[in-house]
Amino acid sequence: MLLQFSKKAGVFLFLMIGALTMIGPFMWMITTSLKEAGAVFSYQKEWWTEWLPFTFKWSNYAKAWHVVPFAKFYLNSIFVSLMITVGQVGTSAMAAYAFARLNFPGRDKLFFAYLATMMVPGAVTMIPVFILLRHFGWIDTYKAMILPAMFTAYGTFMLRQFFLTLPRDLENAAKIDGCSHVGIFWRIILPLSKPALATLTTFTFMGSWMSFMWPLIVMNTQEKFTLPIGLAYFQSLHGTDWTLLMAGSVMMILPILLVFIFNQRFFVEGIKLSGIKG
Amino acid sequence: MRHLKDSTREVIAAYGFLTPNMIGFLVFTSIPVLASLVLSFCKWDLLSGPPEFVGLENFTRLIRDPLFWQYSWNTVYLMMSIPISMAGSLILAIALNQKLKGIVFFRTVYFLPTICSGVAIYMLWKLIYNPDFGVLNTIISSTGQFFGLNLKGPYWLHDEAWAKPALMIMGVWQTVGGYNMILYLAALQGVPRDFYHAAEVDGANSWQKFWAVTWPQISPTTFFIAIMSVIGGFQAGFDPAFVMTGGGPNGSTTTLIYYLYNEAFDWNHMGYAAAIAWVLFLIVFLFTIIQWRFFNRNVHYQ
Repeated sequence: MLLQFSKKAGVFLFLMIGALTMIGPFMWMITTSLKEAGAVFSYQKEWWTEWLPFTFKWSNYAKAWHVVPFAKFYLNSIFVSLMITVGQVGTSAMAAYAFARLNFPGRDKLFFAYLATMMVPGAVTMIPVFILLRHFGWIDTYKAMILPAMFTAYGTFMLRQFFLTLPRDLENAAKIDGCSHVGIFWRIILPLSKPALATLTTFTFMGSWMSFMWPLIVMNTQEKFTLPIGLAYFQSLHGTDWTLLMAGSVMMILPILLVFIFNQRFFVEGIKLSGIKG
Repeated sequence: MRHLKDSTREVIAAYGFLTPNMIGFLVFTSIPVLASLVLSFCKWDLLSGPPEFVGLENFTRLIRDPLFWQYSWNTVYLMMSIPISMAGSLILAIALNQKLKGIVFFRTVYFLPTICSGVAIYMLWKLIYNPDFGVLNTIISSTGQFFGLNLKGPYWLHDEAWAKPALMIMGVWQTVGGYNMILYLAALQGVPRDFYHAAEVDGANSWQKFWAVTWPQISPTTFFIAIMSVIGGFQAGFDPAFVMTGGGPNGSTTTLIYYLYNEAFDWNHMGYAAAIAWVLFLIVFLFTIIQWRFFNRNVHYQ
C-alpha cells in the first residue's frame, strides 16, 4: 500500500516537473512582456525573478498595438482563417458525402487519386501555384492566401471515413419519404457528424491562424498581413524591443489558446479517430 | 428531374457535390504537381520570356551543388531529435496512463507548446537562447554560481555548432506532449489487460512487462509515428529557421525547404527550385510506400 502510494507520488512529481517545463517559457514570455524595456537587458539577474512578473507595464501592450497596425493584422487573420475554414469544411463535407454514399462511375479511382495527393509535399505545388496566382494578378491579395488553402484531400478523407461509420437507417427512411440527396446531406448527415465537423473546423482554423510560409510568399503590403507575418515584420523593424515583441506574441497566441481550451476534446478525439497527424 | 431514373439522379447529385472540391483539387493540386514536374526540367526566372527546356540539367547541377548536400545534412541532422521526442512522448504517456487525478490538466498543459507553435513561440525561444540576457544562460550561470563555478552558456543560435542543437531542444519541447503522446496514450489504453495479468502470473516486474507486453503491442503506433515524423521532418525547418536564425549562422540551420524558398522566391530560379521539390517528393514517396506496405500487412484500422 505504501509502496503503491510512493510510486504514484513519484509519477505525479515527474508529471509536475514536466508540466513546469512546458509552462516555464510561457511564464517568461508574459513576464518579459510586462517589463520595463531596459530591464530585459540587465545582466545582474537572479534566475527565479524571471518567472513571475514584478513589474506590470501594461503600456507595452498598448504600444505594441500602435507600433505596427496590430488591429489590422488581427482582422486579417480572423477573416482569412474564417474563409479558409468555411471553404475547407464545406467543400470537404460535400465531396466526402459523394464518396461515402453516392454511386457514380469512376468513384474509387477518383478517391484513390485524392488519397495519392495527400502524400505530395506542399513544396511541390507551391511554385506552380505561385506562378498561377501571379498570372492572374492575385499576388498580394487575400485571394492568394485563401483560395489555395480552401481545398484539401485530408479533410475529404477524414470526413468520408466518418460518414462511412454512420448508420444508414435514417437515410433509407428519408429516401422512402422522397427526400433528395441534398436534403439527406443537409438534414441527416451533417447534424449526425457534428463531432467530426467540429474536429476538422478546429484543426483547420488553428492551422490557418498559424500559417506562415505561404502568406510570407504571396503577401507584400503591410496592411494585408496576417498576425504571423505581421509579427515577423514587427521583429524585422524592432528586433531589440523584446518587451513589445513578447507583448505582441502574447496577443497572437491568446485567441488560439482560448479556442484550444474550449475545444480540446475535439482535438483529442480527432487525433485518435484519424490516427493521422493534423 | 422527376422522370429521370434514380441511378441517373444519383450520378448527377454526386458530380454536383464533388464539383467545388474538384475544381480546387485540379487547379491547386493536380495540375500544379504536373506543372512542377515539367518545370523541374526547365530553366526559368519568371521575368525574361518563357521557360527554357534544359532536360536533366537542374538535377545534375543539384548533385554537384555542395549547398544542396550541406542543407540535406542539416535536414537529416535536425531529424535526430525525432527518437528523443518519441521516447519522451512514450514516457509521458505511460506516466499519464497511471490513472492519476488531474490527467486532463496535464494533457492540456503538455499540449500547449504544440498548440501555440508558430512565430510567437519561435520569437520567445530566440529570446530564451539570447547568449547575454536569455533565461537559459541566466539559469546556467546561476547554477554555476550556486556551486561556486564560473559557468557560461554557449552562444546558441549565434554559434554554428550550437544552432542546430538549439533548434532540436526547442523542437522536442514543442512536440513531446503533442500528437504523438496522445497517439501513444490511445495505444497504451488499447493493450489488453489480460496480457499484463498473464505476465504477472509469470512473475514479471514492471520493466519486463514493458518490454514483453507493452512495447510489442504498441509497435505499430511507434512505427506510424516514426514514419510520419520522418516524412514531416524532410519538409520541416522553414518557419523556425526563418524567424530565429535566417538559416544561419553560415547556413547551419538552412534545411531543404528553406533552400527551395531561397531559390524560388529570393533568386527566381523556378526550375531549380522545382527540382529540389521533386527530390523532396521522391524521398517522401519512398517513406510513404514503406508505411503502406507495413500497414496493409500488420495494422487494421476500424
